[in-house]
Amino acid sequence: MAKKVIKPVLSAAEAVKCIKPGMSVIIGGFNYGGIPYTLVDALVESGVGELTLIANDTAYEDVGHGKLVANGQVKKVVASHVGLNKKTGQFYMEGKLELELCPQGTFVERIRAGGFGLGGILTPTGVGTVVEEGKQVLEIDGKKYLLELPLRANVALIRAYQADRMGNLTYFGTNRNFNPIMATAADYVVAEVDSVLEVGELDPNEIVTPGILIDALVVKGDNYYANRT
Amino acid sequence: MPIELNEEMVRQRIARRIAREFHDGDVVNLGIGIPTLVSDYIPEDVRVIFQTENGAVGAGRAPDKPDLRFIGAGGRPLTILPGGCFVASDLSFGLIRGGHVDATVLGALQVSQEGDLANWMVPGKIVPGMGGAMDLVVGARRVIIATTHTTKKGEAKILRKCTLPLTAKGVVKLIVTEFAVFSIEKGQMKLLEIAPEVTLEDIKAMTDADFTVVDPLITMQGTEEEKA
Repeated sequence: MAKKVIKPVLSAAEAVKCIKPGMSVIIGGFNYGGIPYTLVDALVESGVGELTLIANDTAYEDVGHGKLVANGQVKKVVASHVGLNKKTGQFYMEGKLELELCPQGTFVERIRAGGFGLGGILTPTGVGTVVEEGKQVLEIDGKKYLLELPLRANVALIRAYQADRMGNLTYFGTNRNFNPIMATAADYVVAEVDSVLEVGELDPNEIVTPGILIDALVVKGDNYYANRT
Repeated sequence: MPIELNEEMVRQRIARRIAREFHDGDVVNLGIGIPTLVSDYIPEDVRVIFQTENGAVGAGRAPDKPDLRFIGAGGRPLTILPGGCFVASDLSFGLIRGGHVDATVLGALQVSQEGDLANWMVPGKIVPGMGGAMDLVVGARRVIIATTHTTKKGEAKILRKCTLPLTAKGVVKLIVTEFAVFSIEKGQMKLLEIAPEVTLEDIKAMTDADFTVVDPLITMQGTEEEKA
């Protein structure tokens, strides 16, 4: 379905209503940086559960989407690192959470494949390790590669810096991280931003994510970390 | 037997020695722990460009006033130097896997004499995840390991074969501990330097691996700069 040309600017609570129990959600961020804190808090508040969370890490148990895990709303995590959130490891060991760990460079390429129409990617990362288990190994010009499959989600919650009303996005500092790639790999994409400008106010040379990928915009709230990132 | 170096001396010694490995213009990624300290010892006439997994190219020291919009891969605030830039994670790992990073410095749980590295999980314990480590060791042109020579219990960390799950096979090129520097080339480990307070026999006793010894074996570089 075609997305609207002029994007709705929603409250976080309205924006996360598109997320239903059992859905997969891809969430931007790396450690403290680039997490859509306001959206994530609204999702925590909604209590929607049985989610598959696709994110680089699971933050901290009381920070960002780490709270989704701690709150028991997540049945499966796909991530590269979960060591900073004690609840992720604990729930996994207790059998309450499915965990798929993926090398970080592979993780981002799988999302890119999901968003870019590729059937998978070939990477040398993980050859000869447990990451290889159950995967197809291809030899090309004498070098071994693992076939890694695409990742997509029902909904992406991303964080950008400025948007215009058409959903074009810029990014700031290390908040950028996975966000531009994740914007390509979900059926419905919500971007949390510092501010929303009129169409034409962003320099086309500085726009990183074209608005055609975006469904809705949310202006960041006054969460402690939203304010500082 | 080796003298007692305190933990801080050990960390600083390893970092200082590794800082001598870089050339002007090298792009370097530092892991957390001892590797982070390496940036404090880069010689003034060598300009190293520090890259972080989360997308900084040209990272500088921690700022006086932390700003969470500029952080390193460990979550610590950083500055971006003039000429630096930010990239998204796909390009960041493209730089890493694509051979555009000259060296990575990482810690280790175990290293084998053939350059296998284990530094991401211990079976039975909560698994934190590999993060970017597997990509870094496969993609960086040179993998340098910064590690204490033995575990806190005194067990060897440099082994014939790793017993822990691997991060990658045959990738380590240089190992720097508080007592020794080893190179690994074509599956062959060689002792290059030795700390002033230990003997070759001490190193053999602490290392559960086969290695050759360079001739002449020299004193570990940088130890002469240490202040008592």
